[in-house]
Amino acid sequence: MVTDMVTYKNVVEATVDIIREAETQLPDDVIDALKSARQNESSDVAISQIDAILKNIEIASNNNIPLCQDTGILIFYVEIGRELKLDIDLKGAILEASRIATQEVPLRPNAVHPITRSNSNDNTGDGLPDIKYDFVEGDQLKITVAPKGAGSENMSALKMMNPTELKDIRKFILETVLNAGGRPCPPIIVGVGIGGSFDKAARLAKAALLRKVTDMNDEEKGILKDINSLGIGPMGLGGDTTALAVHLATSYCHTASLPVAINIQCWANRHASVVLGGDE
Amino acid sequence: MEYHLSTPLKKEDIEGLNAGDIVYISGTVLTARDEAHARILELKEEGKELPFSLEGAAIYHCGPLMQQTDGTWRVVAAGPTTSDRMSKMTPALLENFNVRVLIGKGGMSNVADAMKEKCVYLAYTGGCAALASGSIKNVPAVHWLDLGMPEAVWELEVNEFGPLIVGIDTKGEDLFTSIKEKARSSFLKL
Repeated sequence: MVTDMVTYKNVVEATVDIIREAETQLPDDVIDALKSARQNESSDVAISQIDAILKNIEIASNNNIPLCQDTGILIFYVEIGRELKLDIDLKGAILEASRIATQEVPLRPNAVHPITRSNSNDNTGDGLPDIKYDFVEGDQLKITVAPKGAGSENMSALKMMNPTELKDIRKFILETVLNAGGRPCPPIIVGVGIGGSFDKAARLAKAALLRKVTDMNDEEKGILKDINSLGIGPMGLGGDTTALAVHLATSYCHTASLPVAINIQCWANRHASVVLGGDE
Repeated sequence: MEYHLSTPLKKEDIEGLNAGDIVYISGTVLTARDEAHARILELKEEGKELPFSLEGAAIYHCGPLMQQTDGTWRVVAAGPTTSDRMSKMTPALLENFNVRVLIGKGGMSNVADAMKEKCVYLAYTGGCAALASGSIKNVPAVHWLDLGMPEAVWELEVNEFGPLIVGIDTKGEDLFTSIKEKARSSFLKL
């Protein structure tokens, strides 16, 4: 694959492009999961909700408009190849792209001061967008954007569990989904971070949402089955499809700790990536 | 059953609706979420007039994505927001104003009593903002833009806006609560 060089201008342009892509085109694996959920639904109301979702996905894609008016806050995952010479203001480029995308896509201005609630009107502000950096092998730069809406984010939970309460993790996941009900826009995707620390568990849970919907082991499939047996259904209106996927991610943790974080994602599991640099 | 309603709404227009019915709305809907609810109640408390009428109104829990070109506002995407955030302010709202319809997503907590014989809650599919924008024809006015785009009150002229599912009817029937109760008993059996 031919990639653009890592220049400030290219990073800005490529980042605007992936923001637009993420906001307007849902990844194929999510669309496929929704279609197969529709096939297996027994409730008429649930089918009407999934049909509306599928129609919405099509309209957004054809007309190049955001899937949801909640265009989220912008979460970026940046992977920097350790052989890449990076002499540009990377953070500045991502911030500029966020401001341009707000005007051009457009995005709803969602970033406000937490106390005064004053809106910056450009989706940036002290701490936003949230950019996570990681060093990887190679000589390329990979940028992933995952816009995160508040409806599902607000239903997330974190618990510092007792290390001997391992078997209660499943219960904690089910309770969180149950309490959320229709509020996070089901069918949801459930990211679970187990271990690490207070904040690392949450980071694991959020990053787990980037996995392919179908990428589940038997344990994850078992939890998914339990969630769907609750009958909350699409939008909490009843049905067989409360969740499309459960993704667990683990990390070593302190011997006295068992942090568990659950990050809930609505059906609009929006994300897109771009790779720059390399092979010069 | 399927119903087609037009605003402004009278009590008689909504009395026949039952939880689970499908509704389409035409006319004007007013968006209002957290900050707008708080300001409506604040002004009422101070005995001040609102810059818009809530008589027979349909309130849409929505913070739309709007775009202004040559001074005219246009809806880009306008799906529902989580209604439950407005649950605590809703009984006071219904006590003071004859709002007949609330539109949102995800259901509401402890409002069914306050809605009895007064108002219905209609659920629109969450996240379907591109779909919703197709039935919004005009934006006659915007109020309280100082609250920011999502929190302002937008008057939206809609045509056959729906399908909306009756979540809470005027008899106190609450579809979301009954589904959640069933889910809770399934959870306890697991």
